[in-house]
Amino acid sequence: MAQPVKITIPSSGKEISVPTGLFINNEFVPSVDSQETLDAINPATEEVICRVVAASAKDIDVAVAAARKALETTWGKNVDGFERSRLINKLADLIERDQQELAEIETLNNGKPVKIARDFDIGDSVQCLRYYAGWADKITGQSLEVDNKAKIAFTRHDPIGVCGQIIPWNYPIQMWAWKVAPALACGCTIVMKPSELTPLTALKLSELVKEAGFPPGVLNTVPSLGPVGGAALSEHQNVDKVAFTGSTITGRKIMEAASKSNLKKACLHTIPVVISLELGGKSPHLIFESADLDQAANWAALGILYNTGQDCTAGSRVYVQDTIYDKFVALLVSKAKELVVGDGFDPKTTAGPVVSKAQYDRVYGYIESGKKEGAKVILGGEKRSGKGFFIDPTIFTDIRPNMKIVKEEIFGPVLSVGKFKTEEEAISLANDTTYGLGAGLQSSDANQCMRVSTALEAGTVWVNQYNVLNNNVPFGGKHQSGIGRELGSYALEEYTSVKAVHWNFGEKADWPLF
Amino acid sequence: MPPTFTYQFNNTCFKGTSSFETGVFINNKFTDGSDKTTIDVFNPSTGQVLCQVAEATPKDVDTAVNAAQKAFDTVWGMKAPAAQRGILMNKLADLMDAHFDELCALEALDNGKTFNWAKIDDVTASVGCIRYYAGWADKIQGKEIPCGEDKLAYTRHEPMGVVGQIIPWNFPLLMLCWKIGPALATGNTIVMKCSEFTPLTALFICKLSVQAGFPPGVFNLLVGYGHTVGAAISSHMDIQKVAFTGSTLVGRKIAEAAAKSNLKNVTLELGGKSPNIVFDDCDMEHAVNWTAYGIFWNQGQTCCAGSRIFVHAKIYDEFLQKFTAKIKSLKVGDPFDSANYQGAQRIMGYIQSGKSEGATCHIGGERQGTEGYFIQPTIFTNCKPDMKIVREEIFGPVGVLIKFDDDDDVVRQANDTIYGLAAAIFSQDINRAIKTANRIQAGTVWINSVANTDFHMPFGGFKQSGMGRELGEYALNNYTNVKSVHVNLGAKMI
Repeated sequence: MAQPVKITIPSSGKEISVPTGLFINNEFVPSVDSQETLDAINPATEEVICRVVAASAKDIDVAVAAARKALETTWGKNVDGFERSRLINKLADLIERDQQELAEIETLNNGKPVKIARDFDIGDSVQCLRYYAGWADKITGQSLEVDNKAKIAFTRHDPIGVCGQIIPWNYPIQMWAWKVAPALACGCTIVMKPSELTPLTALKLSELVKEAGFPPGVLNTVPSLGPVGGAALSEHQNVDKVAFTGSTITGRKIMEAASKSNLKKACLHTIPVVISLELGGKSPHLIFESADLDQAANWAALGILYNTGQDCTAGSRVYVQDTIYDKFVALLVSKAKELVVGDGFDPKTTAGPVVSKAQYDRVYGYIESGKKEGAKVILGGEKRSGKGFFIDPTIFTDIRPNMKIVKEEIFGPVLSVGKFKTEEEAISLANDTTYGLGAGLQSSDANQCMRVSTALEAGTVWVNQYNVLNNNVPFGGKHQSGIGRELGSYALEEYTSVKAVHWNFGEKADWPLF
Repeated sequence: MPPTFTYQFNNTCFKGTSSFETGVFINNKFTDGSDKTTIDVFNPSTGQVLCQVAEATPKDVDTAVNAAQKAFDTVWGMKAPAAQRGILMNKLADLMDAHFDELCALEALDNGKTFNWAKIDDVTASVGCIRYYAGWADKIQGKEIPCGEDKLAYTRHEPMGVVGQIIPWNFPLLMLCWKIGPALATGNTIVMKCSEFTPLTALFICKLSVQAGFPPGVFNLLVGYGHTVGAAISSHMDIQKVAFTGSTLVGRKIAEAAAKSNLKNVTLELGGKSPNIVFDDCDMEHAVNWTAYGIFWNQGQTCCAGSRIFVHAKIYDEFLQKFTAKIKSLKVGDPFDSANYQGAQRIMGYIQSGKSEGATCHIGGERQGTEGYFIQPTIFTNCKPDMKIVREEIFGPVGVLIKFDDDDDVVRQANDTIYGLAAAIFSQDINRAIKTANRIQAGTVWINSVANTDFHMPFGGFKQSGMGRELGEYALNNYTNVKSVHVNLGAKMI
C-alpha cells in the first residue's frame, strides 16, 4: 500500500498516476499501524476508482509532529514572506501547468464536468493561490505611539502555528486552495484532511507541493474518516488551529473537542454532509417585480443547480413577488430544463451526479418528504434508472414555511419556490432561518437593493447576481452557518496570532508603588 | 529606423551577446524621435561611445501621452481586472530572472558599477520590487465607512491615469522598478523618461514588457534630456502626476512646472546630506565597515549616502585610524573605485572648496589617474558646520568626519540641514539608538547599518529631501486618487 496507482480516464483512455499513501514530510507513506483504506468512487458509474491509505489517529500524530518540526525549523518564523510568496506562486504555476490532468481526476472522483473543474474550480484556485502569494510578504503589524520619550510599541502578526484543515467533497480542489493559500502565506504549517469521499486530487496536489520546493512537513495530507482523522486533529494538543468546512453537526463536535483540549482556535464554514437532519445553509433568493426577469431566472437557476446543488450557498429557497410570479416561474422551469445532468466526461454535461449513495438517498428522501407534506412538484422529482447518482432538477411550489424541504438543507438540485407581496414580507421570509450563509436579490430599484441587502442576515449577499465569488472578497456565515471568514484579507486574520511588543527604553520601574 | 543595440560580452562575469531594439518606445514599438536626432551613450569605464539612441522630444511626449491615455481608457486602468495586472507584472519579473546576468552586465556596462554589485544589489532588488508590487495589484482596497442609516458610504482607490516618471542614472534599473512597480499595480499608464546617460537596461525592459504581454501604451519610454523631455512631462496638461528622483534643484523646477500647468500631483525623491552617528558604545569594526560602505558605495552617488560622519570623541582617534585603513584597502575594480559622470568636475570643485575653507583633507582629495572620471575616496576632518562640504550634497566619494561628545548636541547637528532623507546610528545600546532615532528628522533611520533599503519598507524624505514615499504599501498612495461615494438611502431635501 502507499504506492501510486494508474487510473484510466474514461473518455480518452489516458492513464494518470495517482499517489495513494499518506503525504508526510514530502513523502507518500503507508500507515504506521493500520491496514485501513478508503475507496475513491466514481459517482457516475458507482465503481471504485482506486483505494488510498486511511490515516489512523497515530498517523495524525506523525503528521502533526512533522508539521511542528517544520514550523520550528524551516517554516514559521524561519522563512521570510518573500520566500513564502515565491513558493506559493510556484505552486500556482504548477497547478496551472497540470490543470487538465487535475480536472480529469476531479471529475472522476467528484462527478462535476471536466470543463467546469478545469476552468472554474482550478482556474479560481490558481488565482486564489496567487492572491495569497501576494499577501505573504505584506503581513504587517502596527507601530503605536505610547510615549515618545520612553517607549515604543508595535505588533507582530506571527503565524498561528500548526493548522489542522478539514475540507469537504463538493469542491475538493477549490476548498483545498482556500485553506492552503492563506495558511501558507501567513507562515503556518498544515495537516490537511481531505474528504474521505474525494481524496484523490488532494494527494495529487501534494506531489506539486513537493515539486514547488516547500520544505518537508510544511504541508501534510492525511485522508481519513471524519471520526478518525477529523476527531484526532480537533482534539490534538499539538495543533494550534482547526479550520473546517462541512456540516453544522460536525462543526459543533470539532468546536467542542477543540475547547476541551487546548483551546485551539476553531474556524467553521458549514454545509451538511452524510446523514443530517440538523441545521445547515438554506439561502434565500428574492425576485422582485422590477427585476430583469430573464437574467433573474438565469441567476436563480445557477443558484440552485450549479454543482448539482451541492453548494453551501445554494439559493435553495426562491421567493417571487406575486405580480410576476407566474411569468417568472415559467421562465425558471424552462431554464432548469436546460441543465444537462450526466457523466462529467461527456462534453454536453453541465452538471454531474451527486457525490455518493448516501447523498443520493438523502436528497431523494427530501423529495419524498416534499411530496408527502403537500408541496407541488412542477419539475423533476422522479428517479432515473441505471447506474450513477444522477438527480434531475426538481422544483417545488405551494410551499409552507414549516415544511422540511423549506427548513432543512437538502444539498442537491431541489428548489422550493414561494411567493410574497411586499418587500417586508420577502425579508421576513428570507431571514426566517437559523442559517445565514448566503442570500440574493434581483431588483432594478437601487434603493430597494440597498434596503434589502442591508436587511438580509447573511455573510454574503448578492445583488442582481448569485453564487459568484471573488478571491479578494471575504466569505463566511452568520449565525449557525459558521464562524470566521475565508478569502480576502480577512482570511489572514484566521492564520495569524498577534503579539504586542512593549519596548521600554526610558521608563524606570516605579517600585514600591507608593 | 532606430538601430538595434548589440554588444558582445566577454569577461569573467558574463559571456554572451546582448541585442535589443532601441528608440522612442511608444505603443510597444520603437521609432526614431520626432526630430530624428540621437544621443551618444558612453561607457563610463572607458569613455568610449557605446551607441547612439534616438533622442525623444517634447513632441514625442505628446505622442506618448496620447498612447498612454488611450491604453488607460480602453485596456488598463479600471478596464483591466486587477489580478491581470499582477499576472503581467509577475511575468515581467520572470523574464527579468531569465535574463538576470545579462541585465547585470548591461547595467555594469552602462553605469560603471561592477557586475557583482549589480547582481547582489541592483538587479536582485529590482526583480523583488516588481514581484512585491505584482502582489499588491488586486489588493487596492478602500473602506466602507458607517455614516448612519441614511447612507451607504465607501471609498475607492482609483488609478490617476497617465503618470510621468523621471528617473536618474545612479541606479538605473532599480529606480525604474521602484517607479513602475506601484504605478502599474494600481492601474496607471506610464510615460517614463530615463536618464540620457543610462538608457540601456530601460530599453531592455521595454523589450521584456512586450514579451510579458503588457498592452501597447501601458508603458512608454523616452530617452531624452531633462530640460526638454523632463520639462515637457512636468508641464504636460494631460499627465496627472509626476514622480521624480534626482537633485533638489531639479525637483523644485518640476514642482514649479507642475503647479503652473495643471497642478498635477508631485512626488519627489531628492538629495540628502545624511548624518551617520557613531556612538562610543558602537561595535567598532561593524561601524567602520558600514560607514565606509555608506559613503563610498556606488561612488557616493546615492541619495542616502552617509556623507556626514559624526564620531564620538572617546573613540574618535581609534575610529579614524581604522576607517583610514579600511579606505586604503579599497582597490581599483572595487565598487568604490569606478566611474562618475559629469559630476567629476563638480566633485573636484567641492574638494577644492573644502581645502580652501580650511578643512583637513585627511585622505584622497585628488583624481585617480590622469584620464577618465575617477576620483579617490576622500575624507575631510576638522570641519566647521558652515563649510560647503558640510552643508551641500556632493554626490561623490567625499565624506566629512566630525567629532562630538554630547548626545543632544549631535542630534542638533544631525538635524541642522535642509535635508532629511536618511540617517544611521551605531550603538550597541539599543535604547540609546532608538531614542536617538526617534529624534532624527529623516525619512529613514538605520540602526547599525547604512543604506540598507528593503522594498517592503517605505523610503522618502523629510524637508527638502522630498515629498511622498516610495516602496512598501505607502507607495500605492502616490498613485491613487481616493474617491468617496455617498449613496443616499433616504435623506430627503426640502
